[in-house]
Amino acid sequence: MSEASAHVVHHGPPTSFIRKHVFSLDHKVIGKQYYALALVAVVTGMVLSWLMRIHLIAPNWPIPGLQWLSKVGAPGGVMTPEYYLSLMTMHGTLMVFFVLTNAPFAAFGNYFLPIQIGAEDMAFPRFNMMSFWTTFIAFCILVAAFFVPDGPPLAGWTAYAPLSAVGKDAGPGEGLGQTLWGLSIFVFCIASLLGSLNFIATTLDLRTKGMTLARMPIVSWAWFITSCIALLAFAVLLPACLLLILDRIGGTSFFIPSGLNISDHLQPHQGGSPLLWQHLFWFFGHPEVYIAILPAIGIVSHILINSMRKPMLSHKTIIYCMMGIGFLSYMVWGHHMFLSGMNPFSALVFSFPTLMITIPATIMTLIWLGSLYGSNLRINTASLFCLGFISMFVSGGVSGFFLAQPSIDIYLHATYFVVGHFHMVMGVAAIFGVFAGTYFWFPKMTGRMMSERLGRLHFWLTFIGTYCIFMPFHYLGLAGNVRRYSAFTDDFLVPLIPVHKFITYSALFTGAVQLVFIFNLIYSHFKGAIAPANPWEATSLEWSTPSSPPPFDNFGGKHPVVYHDPYQYGVKSSTGDYLMQDSPERAGETP
Amino acid sequence: MGGKLFAVILVVIALASAVPIVSHTFMGANVSLPEDISTHGHDIDKQLDETMIEAGLSFLAAQLVLAFFVFQSGGRNGVLKNFPGGAKYLVVAAVLLVGAEAIALGAMGTKAWGKVYFEPASADALPIQAQAGQFAFYFRYAGPDGKFGVLHPEKIDEGNSNFFGLDPENDIPARDDITSAELVIPANKEVHLMLHAKDVGHSFYVRELRIQQDFVPGLDLSLHFTATKVGKYEIVCTQLCGLGHYNMKAYLNVMSQDDFDKWLKAQSN
Repeated sequence: MSEASAHVVHHGPPTSFIRKHVFSLDHKVIGKQYYALALVAVVTGMVLSWLMRIHLIAPNWPIPGLQWLSKVGAPGGVMTPEYYLSLMTMHGTLMVFFVLTNAPFAAFGNYFLPIQIGAEDMAFPRFNMMSFWTTFIAFCILVAAFFVPDGPPLAGWTAYAPLSAVGKDAGPGEGLGQTLWGLSIFVFCIASLLGSLNFIATTLDLRTKGMTLARMPIVSWAWFITSCIALLAFAVLLPACLLLILDRIGGTSFFIPSGLNISDHLQPHQGGSPLLWQHLFWFFGHPEVYIAILPAIGIVSHILINSMRKPMLSHKTIIYCMMGIGFLSYMVWGHHMFLSGMNPFSALVFSFPTLMITIPATIMTLIWLGSLYGSNLRINTASLFCLGFISMFVSGGVSGFFLAQPSIDIYLHATYFVVGHFHMVMGVAAIFGVFAGTYFWFPKMTGRMMSERLGRLHFWLTFIGTYCIFMPFHYLGLAGNVRRYSAFTDDFLVPLIPVHKFITYSALFTGAVQLVFIFNLIYSHFKGAIAPANPWEATSLEWSTPSSPPPFDNFGGKHPVVYHDPYQYGVKSSTGDYLMQDSPERAGETP
Repeated sequence: MGGKLFAVILVVIALASAVPIVSHTFMGANVSLPEDISTHGHDIDKQLDETMIEAGLSFLAAQLVLAFFVFQSGGRNGVLKNFPGGAKYLVVAAVLLVGAEAIALGAMGTKAWGKVYFEPASADALPIQAQAGQFAFYFRYAGPDGKFGVLHPEKIDEGNSNFFGLDPENDIPARDDITSAELVIPANKEVHLMLHAKDVGHSFYVRELRIQQDFVPGLDLSLHFTATKVGKYEIVCTQLCGLGHYNMKAYLNVMSQDDFDKWLKAQSN
C-alpha cells in the first residue's frame, strides 16, 4: 500500500465540453452523474408508487393521462391488474438498483472517497467513466421495457422463475419486457463490478501520506466495505441473469423443471430448478440490503460526529460492526426462502445468523445514542436527517426480529409486514442518509449553501410522512394482508381498505413534499448563499481542498499530508473546537 | 429549538406506533390476528407475542432514549460530557442482552417451526392433493380405492374439467379420484396436503390455519395440519404468479366428520 503512488498524475484538466461534462474522467463529475441518474430514477420510482397506491384504493378510477403511458396496460386510464404488477416490478427494480445502490454508494462514494483519502482521482478513471455509462445503458434498457408491445415485466424485482423464465406463455409482461429486465440487470452488474473494483483499488493504493487505514473517515470505510460486499454479490447476480436470459431465449432449462403446463402449452424444458434462481438471487439480494444501508450508516455517523462536536464513543467499533454485518450478510440469504420448499432444517441454520446481525446493529445504535448523550448537538437539516435515520433504522430493525424467525415467518411471510420492514430499514433509512449527505456536502459540491429553512421544512414533513406511510404497513401485515395484490375486493382484505386509504394519502403528501427538496436543490445551485470554505467546521480532507467545488485534481497540484485521526472535535486549537486532519498543529486540552 | 421539536415529535410517533404493540402485548394475538383454528397455531402465536414484547420494548426504549438525549443535548455552552463507562459497557450490554434474546427466541421458535415441518404427517392423516395453476387452486381426493391416479401434464384439459391431467382410460386408480375447487376437510382430523404446481410458483396461505407454503414447480412438497373449528376460510395465493395473482383464491371448508363423509359420498356419485 504505497503512499507515494498518490502522486501519480492521472489525467490533465479536461478542455472540451464533452470531456468536462459528459464523458468525463473526473470522479467528481461521475459522482454527480450518478446522483443525477439516481434522482431521475427515484422520481420515476416514486411516481410509480403513487400510481400503485392510487390504484389500490380506487381500482376502477381512470388516472388522467395514464393511457398515454400504456394503451394496453391502462385503457382509458384504468390500470389493469397486470399493469399494476408491472409498475410494482419497475418500482422495485428502479429503487433497489438505480437509487439505493447508486445514490449512497456510487454517487457520494465517487465524489468523496478520493478526496477524503487525499487522492487526485479514482485508481482507474477510465473504468470509472465506463461504470457510469454502463449503468446509464442499463437504465435505458430497463426504461425501454415500458414501451415494448406486451408491456413491462411483472414478475417483481425478484423475478422468480419459472414465471420470469418461460417467456410469453406466462402471460402479458413476460415477453420482451422480462428479457430486457434480465439484460438491464446483467449490464448493471458489470457496471457495479467495475465500480467496486475501482473503489477497492483506490482505497488501498491511493491514500495520501499519513492517511493510514485507521485514519480514514468512517464513511470512507463504509464505501470500502460496501465495495467488497458488492464485488462478491454482483459477481453472483451477473451469471444468474445470464442463465435467466438463456432460459428465455436460448432454450436452456436452468430454472425450469419438466412437466409444466402453462397456458395450455406443455413446456419443452426439463431438469431445471426454480429454487436455484432463488438461491442465486438472494445470495446477491441480501448483501444488496447492506450495499444500500452501510454507506448511509457511514454518512450518518460522519455527519453526526461533526454535529455533536465530539468524537463518537468509539468510531472504530462502528467500523468493526460494519465489517461484521458485511460478513454475516453472506450467511443469511436463506431467510428469504423459509417457505420456499428448501429443507426445513436449513431454515434454522439461516435464522441464527440473521438474529445475530441484530448484535452489531444494536451496538451501532447504542454507540450513536451514547455519543449523543452530553453532546453539543448542532441542529441543522443534515443532522436532523441523521437523527431521523437512527429512528428509522431502529424501527425497521426491530421488525426484522419477527421475520428472522421461521415460525413467525409462516404467518407474516409475503404480507405487508415485510413491505413495511424493508421500506423502513433499507428504503427510507438509506434515503435519509442520502438526504443528510446532500445537505451536508452540497456546499462542497457546488460552492453554495442549501436553504436551511426549506431544508427543515423538508425534513419535518418527510419524517412524519414516512412514519405515516410505513408504520401502518406492519399492522396490515399482522392482520394477514397479502402483498403484491392489485386490488382488495370482496374478501377478508376489504375491512383493511381504510388503512390503505390513510397510507395512500400519506404517500401522495410525502411524495409532494419532495418537490421542496428538488426546488431547494435547483434554486440553491444557482442562487444559494456562497458557501464558506468549511461551513460545518469539519475535520476531514474534503474540507481542505482549495476551492468548492474542488479543482479537477482536488488539491490544486498539492498533496495533503495527514497528521491526525479523522475526528479531532472537542479539542482546543487555533481554529476553534476542532482540528483538521491535515493540520500539523497539535491539539490542546479539551476547552 | 429544532432538537427539542424533534424530541417531542419522536415521542408522539413512538407512542402512536406503540398503541397496537401494547394492545397486542396485553390482549394477545387475537386483537390484530384472525382467530387461530389450528392445533399448531398456538405455538406460533405465542412466539409472536413474545417477540412483540421484546421488539416492542426495544423499539420504545430506543426511540425514547433518542428523544431524551437529543432533547438535553442542545445549549450546553460547549461543555461536553461522555457517556459513563464509554463504549465498552454498551458493547457488552448489546452482546449479552441481544445475544441472549436472539438465542432464547431462536430456541423457542424451533419448537413451533418443528411442529409444522419436522414431524411427518401421521399414518392415518387424510391425504389430499392440492394443485396450483394460473389462477386457481384444485384439490383431489383419492376416492374409495384410496389411491391417486398418476398425473400427465400433457393431458390437462380445463375445458373438459381435467384439471390435473388424469388418464382414467388407461389408469385405473384415477377413475374414482374426486376433484374439487374447494378444499373440504373434516374438523379435528389431521390432513396431509400434497402440493403440486402446474405451471409457475404459487403459495398456499390460510391465515386462520397459520399455514403458508410455496408451491414449487418440479418439487412436490407436503404439509400437514389439523383444523379445529367448523367454518369457511379463505385460501389465498401469496407467491406472485402473474396477472391474476390478486384473484387467485379458494375456500377452505371445515366440516364436521359426518358432514364431510356425506360430502365425499355425494362427490363420488
